[in-house]
Amino acid sequence: MDISAINPVLLVASLMVAATPILLAAIGELVVERAGVLNLGVEGMMIIGAISGFAIAVETGSPLLGFIASAIGGAMLSLLFVFLTQVVLANQVASGLALTLFGLGLSALMGQRYVGVRPPQTAHLDIPFLSDMPVLGPILFSHDPILYLSIAIVASIWAVLKYTRAGLILRAVGENHDAAHALGYKVVRIRIMAIMFGGACAGLGGAYISLVRVPQWTEGMTAGVGWIALALVVFASWKPWRVLLGAYLFGGVTVVQLNLQAAGVAIPVEYLAMSPYLITIIVLVILSKDKSSAPASLGRIFHASH
Amino acid sequence: MIVLEKRPQPSRAWSLATPLVAVLATMVFGGLLFAVLGKNPVEAIRIIFYDPLFGEFAFYYRPQLLVKGAPLVLIAIGLSLGFKAGIWNIGAEGQYIIGAITGAGVGLAFYPLEAWYIFPLMVIGGALGGWAWAMIPALLKVRFGTNEILVSLMLVYVAEQLLASMSLGLLKNPDGFGFPGSRNLNDYASANSWISQDAGMHWGVVAAMIAVIFSYILLNRHMLGFHIRLTGEAPRAAKFAGVNPGRLILFCLGASGALAGLAGLFEVAGPTGQISIDFNVGYGFTAIIVAFLGRLHPVGILLAGALMALTYIGGEIAQSQMGLPAAAIQVFQGMLLFFLLAFDILTNYRVRLNTRKVA
Amino acid sequence: MTTPLLSLQGLTKAYPGVIANNNVSFDIGEGEVHALLGENGAGKSTLVKMIYGLVKPDSGQMLLRGQPFAPAEPRAARTDGVAMVFQHFSLFDALNVAENIALGMETPPPMRDLAAKIREVSEAYGLPLDPYRTVGDLSAGERQRVEIIRCLLQDPKLLIMDEPTSVLTPQEVEILFQTLQKLRAEGTSILYISHKLEEIRTLCDHATVLRLGENVGECTPADTTASEMAELMVGSSLKVPERAGKELGDVALDISGLSVPSPSAFGTALKNVHLSVRKGEVLGIGGVAGNGQDELLAVLSGETLTEADAVKLDGQPVGRLGPTQRRKLGLLSAPEERLGHAAAPDMSLTENAMLTGSVREGLETGGFLKWGEAEAFAEKIIKEFDVRTPGPDNAARSLSGGNLQKFVVGREVLQRPGVLVINQPTWGVDASAAASIRQAILDLAAGGAAVVCISQDLDELMEISDRFAALNEGRLSTPRDASGLTVEEIGLMMGGAHGMEVAHV
Repeated sequence: MDISAINPVLLVASLMVAATPILLAAIGELVVERAGVLNLGVEGMMIIGAISGFAIAVETGSPLLGFIASAIGGAMLSLLFVFLTQVVLANQVASGLALTLFGLGLSALMGQRYVGVRPPQTAHLDIPFLSDMPVLGPILFSHDPILYLSIAIVASIWAVLKYTRAGLILRAVGENHDAAHALGYKVVRIRIMAIMFGGACAGLGGAYISLVRVPQWTEGMTAGVGWIALALVVFASWKPWRVLLGAYLFGGVTVVQLNLQAAGVAIPVEYLAMSPYLITIIVLVILSKDKSSAPASLGRIFHASH
Repeated sequence: MIVLEKRPQPSRAWSLATPLVAVLATMVFGGLLFAVLGKNPVEAIRIIFYDPLFGEFAFYYRPQLLVKGAPLVLIAIGLSLGFKAGIWNIGAEGQYIIGAITGAGVGLAFYPLEAWYIFPLMVIGGALGGWAWAMIPALLKVRFGTNEILVSLMLVYVAEQLLASMSLGLLKNPDGFGFPGSRNLNDYASANSWISQDAGMHWGVVAAMIAVIFSYILLNRHMLGFHIRLTGEAPRAAKFAGVNPGRLILFCLGASGALAGLAGLFEVAGPTGQISIDFNVGYGFTAIIVAFLGRLHPVGILLAGALMALTYIGGEIAQSQMGLPAAAIQVFQGMLLFFLLAFDILTNYRVRLNTRKVA
Repeated sequence: MTTPLLSLQGLTKAYPGVIANNNVSFDIGEGEVHALLGENGAGKSTLVKMIYGLVKPDSGQMLLRGQPFAPAEPRAARTDGVAMVFQHFSLFDALNVAENIALGMETPPPMRDLAAKIREVSEAYGLPLDPYRTVGDLSAGERQRVEIIRCLLQDPKLLIMDEPTSVLTPQEVEILFQTLQKLRAEGTSILYISHKLEEIRTLCDHATVLRLGENVGECTPADTTASEMAELMVGSSLKVPERAGKELGDVALDISGLSVPSPSAFGTALKNVHLSVRKGEVLGIGGVAGNGQDELLAVLSGETLTEADAVKLDGQPVGRLGPTQRRKLGLLSAPEERLGHAAAPDMSLTENAMLTGSVREGLETGGFLKWGEAEAFAEKIIKEFDVRTPGPDNAARSLSGGNLQKFVVGREVLQRPGVLVINQPTWGVDASAAASIRQAILDLAAGGAAVVCISQDLDELMEISDRFAALNEGRLSTPRDASGLTVEEIGLMMGGAHGMEVAHV
């Protein structure tokens, strides 16, 4: 065992990479939940994003096109959830599960030809001087564009929710859909857009796993990241910057346990591998006392009668 | 324009008809999917739904129906209790794994002793294991209000790691030449769940039938079942009626965990035979589909379990005969749940064409 | 003749199985306070929803200052100068006052300007408001102010107010009326919806009466007696419940020094509540909604547990007992919310009879249910309380509000309670059903039961109570004999103007 082999700078840089899929999925789900919808299909949308991004990137040779395809793929799958919950008013919990089960199957089907294929590499930022700085260079200036995009999304979601009318309306719809309807806001239309945005973000997050983090395609490769993202939204009390903080914490746990595995610590691999899930549970327990910031209409079915 | 109009009360006819409509829609769209994959859809549907029951080799496949159906029904019955009350145990897969580990562990602890009491002890061990695993989300929910969906699901991944650890460590077959996996319980007479391997009968099938009957009586004739339904329909009314929500959560999660644990035990002591890394094949998740497809009704679940078992077996045949990918069957099953939820609206709403004149 | 501000011509709207409005026509003049009068279910709400663009009429038309007016959505109605204050406030608890108001405007100014404007307008109309307070923390009266200010900021030509006084103390009503009179003086028309006749006589210039969806008459309230209007509204004269003279027995229910923390973020804590009710007595508890009514009922029904001694039934401590055990001892209750609390909407009436009847009616043995007997019990309730339904197999939600209320009240009354606690017994119920429910409560008390009746309808409480107390921010005033109480005194017990500031108009 040799813990000193772990390089702290690389550790921080890689925890940001490990956190990005969770961050993308969670910030998307945050918007969905702020609109009053609970979409438990994050895992399904992520894995669809992972394979559609992977396939398009391999076929076109362009990771960028792959990422665009992953966002579209995630959003397309979320349309199924839209249909179930917004059109035919099905239970959101069951519909989210359906989305996940369906997405896992469909991704396996789509991905058959891509097992063992290597995707094109996603270019990293390389700014002369800045990227070469010690410590700060690898941590701040040497990542791929999607990682920066994920942070930009968090910042803009925060600004939109806090300062814009669109954000105010979104919050109003999630808070009290009947009142929003009475004021003449299009509750269903707003929710559909939020759900599709959540789908696109989850798709991007999935593609980040298959194109950057791993990078290859295996069945079920999201391995519960979508569910951790759901837990993270609760952890963050539905606040964007706390999602970022939470994602980096989880990323940190993941990276540290991987590093410990590599360093050959005396704890069996299986127990290290279960640690992110156990920590998720512990964090959920600690934070579940405070539910006051949850959107009041979360998960409730809206039907404009009369 | 199409408008939805809430019915004054749920339509009983549609509530019975939607699962059938959903199955038909899944066959149509599944057929389309198979056609897209370049397979003959009619043949594929025939192979999946007809051949296992009435085809040339039906004598071989029919017992398989019991083997695949039993764990699905057993788990789904447990899940349906919670789902009815609005308590979402999504982690049956984990409880199934833990039940198998603890149950098999009890049996292997006695090896090579042969005695009549070993198998009953294993059954208890399996049920307790699944129960204890489900009590984690249950207690956390009651004590701290933690979301049971996320906790039970996280515990699936933890259980999978435990399974790996067990098959490589504690329960590894000492005479297994270093291969991962436990001793095969099929070679250990006292720890074996088969009644008749040729007929596909093992104690899990019996347990599933008993569970169906008990659950029927519970839900229709007993106060506890009434309270479960009441809690799902109107939680505030349930509290007003005197239901203790905490106790109900403990019961529903505990019962579903115990049943899933039993399913795991019967599986490991029979059809699978040993604890190994790839012991679990997703019964815990498929059982969610079974529970909904059976409309959370015990008899419905029995039928839905049989149907789902059919798609597993038929899917395997289609895989070997037509080269239909295994994942296609998974998609097929997901579609079924999707259509079921979609058509369910007809139970509670009337769909009408709006003939309103434009003012 | 001058053109009216708004002219309704032959408006008709039908829902499956019910015609909500049938060929309704009337005019609202400029600067007029026009009353729309009618019982619950008379079609008032549907009518105003058509004016506000939430519902489209099946036929008929509206003219606004002579121009065709057919708002496709509330936004269009607001653009044309129609504003509405809802009966159940369309507010967002977690947002602050300014954000709530911004949501009701088409092009709100930046937040800081809006906040200043809110202060200015609210002072000008005598309804001071702090723009940065979270709406969930406001009292019912203050929440109504938010709605009114939201409307006033858009300079409406027509302000629609749906039952605005049902959440106010008499003193707060006074303030509201001053504001409305000021608005009228400025030329704003007001469509004032109510079933409270005295209010309409005080405030309104003209009244239209709706019954079963039809316009059954118009009158000038100042020249018409309350009983004449009541007859127009109900269609026949009503009989006032009879009260038998009675002897009061021992104390049946006793609450002393009860304090319970608020169960939820926007709930109310009960603070040092004392009350006692004797056998044969009706204790009326008034107060504006949201002052602890639900919490008090939960404490009595056993949904909220307290210290054992805080609640005593026939001298015996029951504070730690749950609903089932309390029912066994004869303490029964009927909550305000019919669908989802007192009854499960999608379950049949038989199942709903089982819901509270299992203990006292012997509908179970050893946990096993006797559905046959539950059905017989449901049928008995339906028969004795004249519940209009095809039969006990029907789902609770298929019943009209009044019929379901009769079922819920009947279910408890027929179980021969020693003490009955009932919250809002006649909310949303038509007049004849309300009269029969009140009669049932009085008969129950005459038979020796103690009754606690929580209600926001002061007329109702004065009609049936022997003693009266009021809840105000979780505190209960000392109960006083109901006979001889003046409106002023009642208002003060309810918290006067509720500690709300009054700016001088």
